[in-house]
Amino acid sequence: MSIFINKKTKLIVQGITGRDGSFHAKQMKEYGTHVVAGVTPGKGGTKINSIPVFNTVEDAVKATGANASVIYVPPAFAIDAIYEAVDAGIKTVVCITEGLPANDMMKVYPYVRENGARLIGPNCPGLISPDQSKVGIMPGSIVKKGGVGVVSRSGTLTYEAIWALTCEGMGQSTCIGIGGDQVIGTNFIDCLEAFQADNSTKAIVMIGEIGGSDEEEAAKFIKKNVTKPVVSFIAGQTAPPGKRMGHAGAIISGGSGTAADKIKALNKAGVPVAGSPTEIPGLLKDLMKKSKAKPANKAAVKKAAAKKTTAKKTAPKKSAAKKPAAKKTTAKGKKKK
Amino acid sequence: MKIHEYQAKEVFADAGIPVPEGQVATTPAEAFEIAQKVNRPVMVKSQVHVGGRGKAGGIKYAENAENAKILAQKIVGMDIKGLEVKKVLVTVAEDIISESYVGIILDRATKKPVIMVSPAGGVDIEEVAAKTPEKIFKLHVDPVKGLRPFQARNLAYKLYRDIAQVRAAADIIMKLYDVFWSKDCSLVEINPLITNTNGDVIALDAKINIDDNGLYRQKAIAAMRDIDAEEPAEVEAREADLSFVKLDGYIGCIVNGAGLAMATMDLVKKYGGEPANFLDIGGSSNPQKVVSAVKIILDDPNVRAILINIFGGITRCDDVANGIVAAFKQLNPSVPVVVRLTGTNEKEAYKILQSVNLPSADTLDNVVKKAIELAGTA
Repeated sequence: MSIFINKKTKLIVQGITGRDGSFHAKQMKEYGTHVVAGVTPGKGGTKINSIPVFNTVEDAVKATGANASVIYVPPAFAIDAIYEAVDAGIKTVVCITEGLPANDMMKVYPYVRENGARLIGPNCPGLISPDQSKVGIMPGSIVKKGGVGVVSRSGTLTYEAIWALTCEGMGQSTCIGIGGDQVIGTNFIDCLEAFQADNSTKAIVMIGEIGGSDEEEAAKFIKKNVTKPVVSFIAGQTAPPGKRMGHAGAIISGGSGTAADKIKALNKAGVPVAGSPTEIPGLLKDLMKKSKAKPANKAAVKKAAAKKTTAKKTAPKKSAAKKPAAKKTTAKGKKKK
Repeated sequence: MKIHEYQAKEVFADAGIPVPEGQVATTPAEAFEIAQKVNRPVMVKSQVHVGGRGKAGGIKYAENAENAKILAQKIVGMDIKGLEVKKVLVTVAEDIISESYVGIILDRATKKPVIMVSPAGGVDIEEVAAKTPEKIFKLHVDPVKGLRPFQARNLAYKLYRDIAQVRAAADIIMKLYDVFWSKDCSLVEINPLITNTNGDVIALDAKINIDDNGLYRQKAIAAMRDIDAEEPAEVEAREADLSFVKLDGYIGCIVNGAGLAMATMDLVKKYGGEPANFLDIGGSSNPQKVVSAVKIILDDPNVRAILINIFGGITRCDDVANGIVAAFKQLNPSVPVVVRLTGTNEKEAYKILQSVNLPSADTLDNVVKKAIELAGTA
């Protein structure tokens, strides 16, 4: 399967009449996502790319039975859009909009949780389950169906990692960008947990960056709960301390949250950290081969380990055998498109 | 965004938090005047956006106005951790009996504001936090319920025994929380919160950082931005809606997305080059942003090559390509430019770029290597 979105996802687009909303609604639809409705207050009754537009999320849900929503409205209205989606009963809300005040996010977060919904983002590229559904802005052309789960705090850097995997023939189960803000709806651990539980995911790539301690927390979680191979990349190794690097999250302060800290924590949890996004596929192949060779390795969660050995038998065998030749081409940065 | 101590004290005073009387001065003569008006010994405090001002010699005691003038002369123009002092706050020198600490920050892990108090405030608070963490008391506040007065009192009891002082401190904590929330702060801090010989509880220092995402609705605070205290290129970039940080290297980088921009810098370093900057053109890009980005980078005399790395998602490669063509027409760059555009509308982009005939590369690693090669040696 996949995590969070799949073939059954029925999506509404909040802010569908804006430049980004209309462009990406079309792209999502072309990819095969069931884009069942759009919402823009005052534009109800119209159509965009033959997608019906409603005035309210509630109307859209009633008419279409939508179960997921993606938000492209401007920052000053995006918080309200999240509340509106949750109140209309949407269970998966993906907020692409960037620039949401952290104070508002601190209030939204518990509200979403209390209502049994999941928020992904804000300030994120969304997610894609190849050949099933795409919600957000990730380019559908770079993904390929397969067994690698990708989770990242970044946007475009995620595409870089996905493309590197695709070029090496390593397809993905779900790729998800969780956003780089201080307060986000879904974090690394939520995704790692979901990937660990997902049968179609055989290995995991986690892309982090400087600032905060989410990667360190994730490293602890991996050590305890994740039996699938995990490879990481951390951006910001050369960033000077005290400087804000664009993302609200990407700031090193008081000597904590540095790339070195995070790499150390991940290595300690048995997670190799790539020196460049293009090194990720090679590291992952090595690790998959190794973990297949000795499956007794860190069997903290017994039932998961049991699941893994059965699931593992079939899939990674091929890629492991192909590995040496494939690795040489990575080193040269080969790309076909 | 950061504001200065004197500005933070204005915000505190408006909120009803007691702060010592004082005013900001840019010249020794002004410092003299303010001190004379106060007619008591004063502190002359440098106003720069860094911590540890006192230890760097940027905060001094002056017995009288004449003394304040001499000290202002010394402190204005002084360099503190790479920043030039342009203003000093001249403020009443309180007789300090005790020093405590009160701070509120956003805790990413719990997604709640956390209030931290300590009876061991003052210049060594970081050491206190590291060596004797039991002296720091923390309270995570439910952002929906808000801070309740009993919670503020519970914290205040950790600071004082005298009930009048407990009440005063609790009141300050309530008001400080209100400032944190209503002004979209990412940090508010009083270090030290003092008691004086009269038993008054006073915020002797004030620090406020604002969440940039909240600035659009904080007009009064946004107007406090001190452009003089910032790197000019960074100010220009912000006005062009670009996220930019100047660095010391020679490869100018234009990238979309903060993570990819950092990764690009990391690879420049990995392959033996030095990045001249961090520059993120952001999400849905209009071509004008690319022109501004090229201009800002060309203004840096250290730059010997420009690397443009775009992985299109919401950013459309054709928009960027149009921007590059416009930049070439308007600015006629004197240094080599190497591009790599991939993702959304990539084919259209390369068609547009045919008119300027630029070297390009297919992968992240290759575009970085190419840029380093084109930059040559100085």
